[in-house]
Amino acid sequence: MELRNTKYETRSAFRSVDWVLMALYAILMVCGAVSIYAASYDYDHASMFSLAEFSGKQFLWIGISLVVGFCILIIDRRFFEAYAYPIYGVAVLLMILTIFVATDIKGSRSWIVLGPVSFQSAEFGKFATALALAKLFSEYNFVLNRSYKNYLRALAIIVVPIILIFLQRETGSALVYTSLVFVLYREGMSGFVLFAGLCAITLFVVVIKFSESLLMGMPLGEFVAFIIIMAIMVGMLALYCKSYKLAKNVGMGFAAAGLIAYGLTFAGININGFVFFSVVLVAAVIYVLIAMFIEKVRKAVVVLLFVGVSVGYMFVVNYAFNNALEPYQQMRIKVALGLEEDLRGAGYNVNQSKIAIGSGGITGKGFLNGTQTKLKYVPEQHTDFIFCTIGEEQGFVGTSVVLILYLALILRIIHIAERQRTAFGRVYAYCVASYLIFHLGINIGMVVGLSPVIGIPLPLFSYGGSALLAFTTQLFILLKIDSARREFAN
Amino acid sequence: MRKDYRLEKRKYVVGGFVVALVLIFLIRLFELQVVDNRYKENADSNAFLRKTVYPSRGLIYDRNGELIVYNQPAYDVMMIPRDVQPFDTIDFCKTLQITREEFDYRMKELRESPSYSSYSQQTFMSHLSAKDYGRLQEKLYRYPGFFIQKRILRQYNHIAGANILGNIREVNSRDIERDSYYRPGDYTGDLGIEKSYEQQLRGVKGVEILIRDAYGKIQGRYDDGKQDVKAISGKKLTLGIDIELQEYGEQLMKNKIGAIVAIEPSTGEILAMVSSPTYDPTTLIGRERGKNYRELVRNPYKPLYDRSIMAAYPPGSTFKPTQGLILEQEGIVDLSTAFPCHRGYINGGLRVGCHGHESPITLKPAIRTSCNAYFCWGLKSMIDRRSKYGTPAKAFEIWKNHMVSMGYGYKLGIDLPGESRGFIPNSEFYSKIYGDGRWSANTIISIAIGQGEILATPLQIANLCATIANRGFFITPHVVKEVEGDTISSLYKERRYPTIDRKYYDDIVDGMRMAVVGGTCRNAAFGDVEVCGKTGTAQNPHGRDHSAFMGFAPMNNPKIAICVYVENAGFGATYGVPIGGLMMEKYLTGEISPERKYLEQRMLESNTILYSGVKKH
Repeated sequence: MELRNTKYETRSAFRSVDWVLMALYAILMVCGAVSIYAASYDYDHASMFSLAEFSGKQFLWIGISLVVGFCILIIDRRFFEAYAYPIYGVAVLLMILTIFVATDIKGSRSWIVLGPVSFQSAEFGKFATALALAKLFSEYNFVLNRSYKNYLRALAIIVVPIILIFLQRETGSALVYTSLVFVLYREGMSGFVLFAGLCAITLFVVVIKFSESLLMGMPLGEFVAFIIIMAIMVGMLALYCKSYKLAKNVGMGFAAAGLIAYGLTFAGININGFVFFSVVLVAAVIYVLIAMFIEKVRKAVVVLLFVGVSVGYMFVVNYAFNNALEPYQQMRIKVALGLEEDLRGAGYNVNQSKIAIGSGGITGKGFLNGTQTKLKYVPEQHTDFIFCTIGEEQGFVGTSVVLILYLALILRIIHIAERQRTAFGRVYAYCVASYLIFHLGINIGMVVGLSPVIGIPLPLFSYGGSALLAFTTQLFILLKIDSARREFAN
Repeated sequence: MRKDYRLEKRKYVVGGFVVALVLIFLIRLFELQVVDNRYKENADSNAFLRKTVYPSRGLIYDRNGELIVYNQPAYDVMMIPRDVQPFDTIDFCKTLQITREEFDYRMKELRESPSYSSYSQQTFMSHLSAKDYGRLQEKLYRYPGFFIQKRILRQYNHIAGANILGNIREVNSRDIERDSYYRPGDYTGDLGIEKSYEQQLRGVKGVEILIRDAYGKIQGRYDDGKQDVKAISGKKLTLGIDIELQEYGEQLMKNKIGAIVAIEPSTGEILAMVSSPTYDPTTLIGRERGKNYRELVRNPYKPLYDRSIMAAYPPGSTFKPTQGLILEQEGIVDLSTAFPCHRGYINGGLRVGCHGHESPITLKPAIRTSCNAYFCWGLKSMIDRRSKYGTPAKAFEIWKNHMVSMGYGYKLGIDLPGESRGFIPNSEFYSKIYGDGRWSANTIISIAIGQGEILATPLQIANLCATIANRGFFITPHVVKEVEGDTISSLYKERRYPTIDRKYYDDIVDGMRMAVVGGTCRNAAFGDVEVCGKTGTAQNPHGRDHSAFMGFAPMNNPKIAICVYVENAGFGATYGVPIGGLMMEKYLTGEISPERKYLEQRMLESNTILYSGVKKH
């Protein structure tokens, strides 16, 4: 590859760089470092920039990141597209290597230690995967929905790092890659997949959360799940199959069966819930099957499939939860669902983080005046739980501002994605946006007690060189691709 | 390239998802940070260790400036269970010099107590000696969650006056409920002036706010101690009590059941207030308090029962001066009025016995000889004088009102808890028993000589004596003479005047002087001091008569008025008079004259507790 026009390109890259994104990036990064200073501030009044402090180290990382970012901006625009697969290949090799050479840190083997520097290969896997995925989609005439092979190729690119990171026992980072489902959706994957995913999460939460109490001889969770499945069935018949008659009949049937069951219970006759729901659902399925042939509603097959899979899934959930997950993972999920408090164990972090954030009030206690974070009540306060420091010292005002900055950042990336003229640029941008959405959702969710504790950092904010460098790389590649978009007009 | 506009719309789904996510977080944050205040409190209890600084309790002095009660430091081992981390239990036990079993037992008891909370301070062990404290203090850093709380205990310079002084005890849940000042583990006054002057003595607790990190380590003082609250020491009390006289009284009352109350007539200050049997106040200090207190409660002689103000006794003949005063005031008798006494009052089939003396007899000799008949006739003349009062009931009401004005029948209002009001019946009381209009003087004649329904506390009798000594007024008796930086209640400064004219008191004083010179209380006389006195011998349903005496000295410008009451000791002259006389002599001259030493010896050695009928357990 010739790099003849480097000088001209560099100038144009700086001129046409998206300064809004750049500014959001810089603001968040500096806010992050300042928060790290506040979080690790230790009454001995060391300077914010002292390298003995976490904040000092973070500023050093910010400097390194900016240098790396600058380098990315002066690299030839075609480099990333041309070498997407080799980069991906190197990242995969690095991740495999990690499994074998990494030292064990808190049970995970994801850190490669090189002298004084240690980094997580999974972080670099992210932009590599994004590049590879973008490259795939930019193939001539590549349309995701055209053949199942395309799906397989896209999924392969995503799944390989997930498996490798799982093997590093770094569940949190592995889950980040699942967010790429947004990219697939944007590129044509049926919205039904997202819907099914949403259903799966809802059923999971319902079944686990209400598994303790009983109703009609069955766990309340499964009782509610059955009702949800029935409601979705009726809804799908109406909206997806557009067969209002079928929907009406099935719905009425369900309602009638429910009333009869209620009446019987009232009369003192107890029916087993499992028996009741089995009978009603089987009856509905048979009815829809018959109607399908008579009325020629082909799409009803999908509905029946959905019902079958959902019911099966529902029964597997409990078993899987109790047997497939590690006890500490089960506990974290239970804490997030409010089933357990476990203030000494899994719930300790979340409880302390809620106390820290909650004690901030509207305007906060003021910079460096937080007590909870400084006195180390909140664990991992400068890394995964950095948001607590904002919450405690800057209050609701501060947390709102930070959240809105993130919202602006993500929306800006989506905006940039949509203005790309190539699939490469668009897909890459969506990948970056997806990672950010996932990190933001899980990290903040965990800190405010809405999602289980999964150890992933708050992008650009949390202390840590690997993560900062990784996000910087992702964003600067995006900036570079974006700045060059005009030249790709064809 | 071909742009798929159908798919481009999906950016709104993705964007919408992000907006929804952020919105959910904002709502959640609003709830945590703005709506719910609970977290702020949690944060404070997390980070701030509010260490109480206990003020030193007010010191107590006697009337001569002698220190009676002072403070000694004690150290409690406290713990916050939540903060306790695994530690070397064996070493801990060794430091505190307790066994492992004792340690386990204490922990178990703590956890089972109703006030247990793993977040709040619990007392693991109280009252460490200074030596144990020193040893533990050195090693304390090894036991996170444990800390030492300095407390104040009482110590006594004189083993006397336990009934007056009271003591301190740990607050119970009811105290905490009643007064929000108290926290579990605090001390409060129990009995005596420790209780009635609790507000003044306790001072105000201070707070030291320390910053504590997640490991329970103290990181320093919050805001450089600017938010700390200094403790304010309790106020110093000066008592009217003469602690030497008090000690002497307690010695004299040894092996006797009863009470002595001595008052300075001109001020109403109590000079001594003995209740016997009494107890050693030092036994109610510290760790042994609970055990010793239970023992005192179980003691059949009831040492915790302050007989000087709580016991209501028949006043017996010490009551006669009141009769004389009322009869003169009402114009029923004058100094020349004489009543017959042929070894008693004989009227309407009734006989109240008396002893041999001249007859007929007038008021002053009647006081001197303690003639029953005179006062019975006198009361009869008053109650049955329908020409003046209409009915006996109306006459009796007037009698009763005079009596109340002299301090009988109601609490006098001494500054000690648990005072009894004694008993003076009213006409309704008798009408209820005998029927309206169906009773007359003879029905109730025994009240004329302080028997029957009449009951009075030794304090009330002493107060009567003070009133006579003052020739017609008294100041509510009180123990505390001075509160540092504060004034005592105006109640203890005002003169209270009974409804009797001053001049009649002179007659009673004359009678009481005669009783000492040549009557029933000759043993009360000492040196050349003009002592006045009146004996009493009270019949009672519990066995031998109670021996009583009241007196004051000197006759003019009196310095001390006293009441002695010894249960089941027989005639007033045998115990009441000598003890009263010795007390007055001790107070006025500072020592007992050699010719009266035999009397002192006899009183110190005698034992009347034998006759009390109380079986030792």
